[in-house]
Amino acid sequence: MTTTHPATPTATTRPAFSPTRTLATAARVLRQLRHDPRTIALMLLVPCAMLLLLRYVFDSDRAFDTIGASLLGIFPLITMFLVTSIATLRERASGTLERLLALPLGKADLIAGYALAFGAVAVLQSTLATALAVWPLGLDVAGSPWLLLLVALLDALLGTALGLFVSAFAASEFQAVQFMPAVIFPQLLLCGLFTPRSAMHPVLEAVSDVLPLSYAVDGMNQVVHHTDPTSAFLRDALIVGGCAALVLALGAATLRRRTP
Amino acid sequence: MNKVPTPPTPPPPPALHADALTVTRGARTVLDHLTFTVPKGRVTGLLGPSGCGKSTLMRAVVGTQARPTGTLTVLGHPAGHPALRSRIGYVTQAPSVYDDLTVRQNLDYFAAILLADRPTADRRADTTRVLAEVDLTPHADALAGTLSGGQRNRVSLAVALLGTPELLVLDEPTVGLDPVLRRDLWHLFHDLAARGTTLLVSSHVMDEAERCHRLLLLRDGRLLADDTPAALRARTGTDTVEAAFLRLTDEGRAPARTQETLR
Ligand SMILES: Nc1ncnc2c1ncn2[C@@H]1O[C@H](COP(=O)(O)OP(=O)(O)OP(=O)(O)O)[C@@H](O)[C@H]1O
Ligand SMILES: [Mg+2]
Repeated sequence: MTTTHPATPTATTRPAFSPTRTLATAARVLRQLRHDPRTIALMLLVPCAMLLLLRYVFDSDRAFDTIGASLLGIFPLITMFLVTSIATLRERASGTLERLLALPLGKADLIAGYALAFGAVAVLQSTLATALAVWPLGLDVAGSPWLLLLVALLDALLGTALGLFVSAFAASEFQAVQFMPAVIFPQLLLCGLFTPRSAMHPVLEAVSDVLPLSYAVDGMNQVVHHTDPTSAFLRDALIVGGCAALVLALGAATLRRRTP
Repeated sequence: MNKVPTPPTPPPPPALHADALTVTRGARTVLDHLTFTVPKGRVTGLLGPSGCGKSTLMRAVVGTQARPTGTLTVLGHPAGHPALRSRIGYVTQAPSVYDDLTVRQNLDYFAAILLADRPTADRRADTTRVLAEVDLTPHADALAGTLSGGQRNRVSLAVALLGTPELLVLDEPTVGLDPVLRRDLWHLFHDLAARGTTLLVSSHVMDEAERCHRLLLLRDGRLLADDTPAALRARTGTDTVEAAFLRLTDEGRAPARTQETLR
C-alpha cells in the first residue's frame, strides 16, 4: 500500500483451501443449527408433510408420480436457499464475516464449509422425503432412488449457492426472504411442474431452458421413468452441478475483505 | 496512572508506521494525511470524539478498510498483507461473535481457523487461557446470545487474544464494563505489553487515556497530537489528558473553520 495505489495483496502466501478450516467451518454451521432444534424440525418435516398432503390432494397415482418426483427436486433448493441467505446475511451483519476475513481463512474454505454443512442437512432431508415418497406413499420410481438423492443434493448445493449470492444484495432479513419469490418462483413456474415445458409459449420455453431448476426437475423425472441413468439424466445432473459451482464462485466474489 | 519506561536503545523498528495515510468514504475525507508511528510493546491509545475516524483507522491497520492511500506499514508489511492475518488480533466495535454458539464453541471455532496447524490439545489450552484472561471461565458453556453486553464484548476480546498475536487492535474494548472489570482489563493490557505485545486501543473515556504509554488524539480525521500523556499535559499546561484534549481542540478549531469556509 505505498503511493496512491490501494494495495490488493494477493493471497499467495497461504493455501487457498485448507481442509481443517473447511471442516471446522462446516462443524460450526451445524453446531449453530443444533442450537435451533425448531429450524431442524421444520427443515426435515415440512417436505414430508407436503408430500403427504400432495398424495391425498391428487388421488391418482399417475399425477403423484410426476409431481411428487418434481417436488423432491424442489424442496432442497427452497430450504437451502432460505437457510443460507439468512445465515450468511447474519454473518455479514454481526461482523463475524469481517472478523473471519481478517483471519487466515480463505473464501473457498468458508464457502465450502457452508456447502458441506447444508449439503449434509439436505442429504438427511432428501433421504427422509424420498423414503416416505417411495415406500408408504407408493411413488413409482423406475430408476434407482440413489439417483433421486444425487439430484436432490445437487439441488441443495444450487440453493446454497443462490442464497449466498443473494445475501450480498439484501440489507435485512426482510429483504432476504423477499428474494425467495423473486429468485425461486419464476423457476418454479417455468420448470415444468405446472405445464410441460414443451407445451409452453416458445419464449417461455426458451427462458425455462436457461433456468437451472428446469434441469433438476427433468433429471428427477428421468429417474422416475427410466430404469438406467439416461444420457439426458447425466446432462441434467451436470448442468445443475455446473450452475451450483458457477453461482458459488459468484458468491465468493461478493465476500469482500474490505469495508467501503 | 502509569510510569512510562524509557525505551531501550537502539529503538526497535516500530509496530506501525503511517505516512500521509488518507481514507475517503463516499464524499468524505475520513482520515486526512495521518503521519505517526506506534512503538512495539506499548499501549497506544487512540482518542477522539465520536465520528472522528477511530474505527476507520483501526480497519485500515487490520486491512479491512477499502481504498486507503498513503503508506501504512504494519509489523514490516504493507497493511492488509495476508502474512499479517495471523499476527494481528482485532476486536471490532460491536462484538462479533456467534450468538447461537456457546462461549467455548465460539473460541473453539476461531481457534481452529487461526491455529489450524497446531494440535487440538494446544488449541484447547489456548481457549482455556483466554477464557481466564477475560474472566469468563464460569460462563464458558453459556450461549453468547444470552450474555450481557459487557460479557459479549469480552468474548469478542477473548477471540482476539487467541494465538497471542503480536499486535492487538481493540476498538473500544471497555465500553459497558464496570470500573472493576475495566481496571482488570487494563491490567491485562499492561501485562500483554510487558510481554512484548503492541496494543492499539481506542476509547473516548479520557481517564483511560492516562493509562496509555502513548496517545494519538484524533479530531475530524486529523491528528491533533501524538505524544505521551505526561508530555501532552506538560505541553498544554494542564493537569489531565481530558483538559489537554479540550485545549488542543479549541486551538485547532479556529484554523479548521477557516479551512472549511475556504473549501
Ligand atoms: N460508508 C460511509 N460513507 C461515508 N462516510 C462514512 C461511511 N461510513 C462512515 N462514515 C463516516 O466516517 C467517519 C468516521 O467513522 P468512524 O466509524 O471511523 O468513527 P469513530 O471515530 O470510530 O466513531 P465512534 O467513536 O462513534 O465509534 C464518520 O464521520 C462517519 O460518518
Ligand atoms: Mg468507532
